[in-house]
Amino acid sequence: MSQATMEIRRISGHAGAVPGAGMSRSYDVCKLIDTTTCIGCKACEVACLEWNGYSFSETSFNNSYQTMPETAWNYWNLIKFNEYEHPDHGLMLLMRKDQCMHCEDPGCLEACPADGAIVQYQNGIVDFQQDRCIGCGYCMSGCPFNIPKFSTEARKVFKCTLCSDRVSQGLEPACIKSCPTGCLHFGSKDDMRELADRRTKQLREHSGFGNAGVYDPPGVGGTHVIYVLHDATNPEIYGGLPKDPHIPWSVRLWKHPLKWLGNLAMIGGIAGVFVHYLRFGPKTVEDGAKPQGGTR
Amino acid sequence: MSGESQLLPNGRVLRYSFQERAIHWLAGISYVYLLLTGLAFWSPWLFWMAIALGGGTISRELHPWFGLVFVFAVVLMFRMWGAQMKETPQDKAWWRGLRHYVRNEDEKMPSADRFNPGQKLLFWGFFWNGIVLLLTGLVLWNPQWIPWGVGFVRPICALLHAIAALLTIGLFIIHIYMGTAIERGAFGSVIRGDVSRAWADKHHRSWYQRLVKDSSRK
Repeated sequence: MSQATMEIRRISGHAGAVPGAGMSRSYDVCKLIDTTTCIGCKACEVACLEWNGYSFSETSFNNSYQTMPETAWNYWNLIKFNEYEHPDHGLMLLMRKDQCMHCEDPGCLEACPADGAIVQYQNGIVDFQQDRCIGCGYCMSGCPFNIPKFSTEARKVFKCTLCSDRVSQGLEPACIKSCPTGCLHFGSKDDMRELADRRTKQLREHSGFGNAGVYDPPGVGGTHVIYVLHDATNPEIYGGLPKDPHIPWSVRLWKHPLKWLGNLAMIGGIAGVFVHYLRFGPKTVEDGAKPQGGTR
Repeated sequence: MSGESQLLPNGRVLRYSFQERAIHWLAGISYVYLLLTGLAFWSPWLFWMAIALGGGTISRELHPWFGLVFVFAVVLMFRMWGAQMKETPQDKAWWRGLRHYVRNEDEKMPSADRFNPGQKLLFWGFFWNGIVLLLTGLVLWNPQWIPWGVGFVRPICALLHAIAALLTIGLFIIHIYMGTAIERGAFGSVIRGDVSRAWADKHHRSWYQRLVKDSSRK
């Protein structure tokens, strides 16, 4: 959102080298969300709106505890709610805080054509720069988590920034600060992985959740937001968390082989007609030449 | 079959009527805008084209509207030229002789009608790719209207849009090259409408002969 003072690793739609790439000693940051201790109080939803200055949106309670069906351009943090009948544990009320996952290999950045509209900082945060966004919505096609949302008024796309403005100043994200149960943690990726692994071990060994595990999907190179799930083999039950998210094959095909093939074909085509002209030249019709054939 | 084309009293031949020229340029100008803004979104190395045309945001806003103008022009062209663009049995012989055509050995080519088979390929290439570009473009115009459940169609449309656009670019390069550099007089025909009799006889003999026959019958 803001031009945070952090070292940049990658930028979208950019010709040439990335300024600042590989210059930072900043470590990877990570948000850990423990769904097993979340009580669904939605303090994080409020804190997100408060910090980012958005007004409260109209809620839609469709016989569910969930505030609205999915995140919105001005509602980046949403507790996804699901009632689930567990074979061993009976009825479970699953709460998952949904927001941008800050992929290590971000599909939004891959698909974005606007120079510098999406940046990935050295610490792993993926951030949109609305002043550079052209509103094409390609990021929405590249994201496997349905996170970037288009604002029809601003004609730009918005999403969770992982509070890049706060993090750049050494603060934790607003959602983390508001969590009353301590199910949200923020720190280096290594520390958060360690904490998550310790918690899942506890769940497996002492709480009877044999399938407990960490959600850090390798299909997008891992994420800078990770979950502890009671049942990591079945992430879909947590409000549709994709089992094996990856950048769509069509985006990969479009941005890599097709781009090279297309560029070579266009350059080859222009070079081809130029060489043809040098070799064969125009089809001239001599001035005053009498038309052949025909009835005159 | 010949439209409004006719032998003119000044010894020249009217090849394209005002209506035909106007529709051609409606398509031409809108296509060039679509090409430049589309290439800007295609490659970061060409993004400066969008800047030159008013900025990325304006280019993204206007690209779909110009797309509608282009499709409208293509529909008009289809109504105007569709029948004349039908493949005929003689076209096969023309394609077999393509080698001679490329080497400017036109005397070895079978005579062409008002549109030679290469022009027909251009027309149908733009027509069918135009349909693909329209359908995929409608999805890309407002991707937020596509529900997440069928969200996979969005990147597929982006891919197909690029493929169809690249195919038209191939046709476009050849079209511009043929129309300006190779067939001297062709560019004038689509600006002022007329060509010399020698030009008509050399490039579109069957068409020219029919015009001559028709005018002598009158």
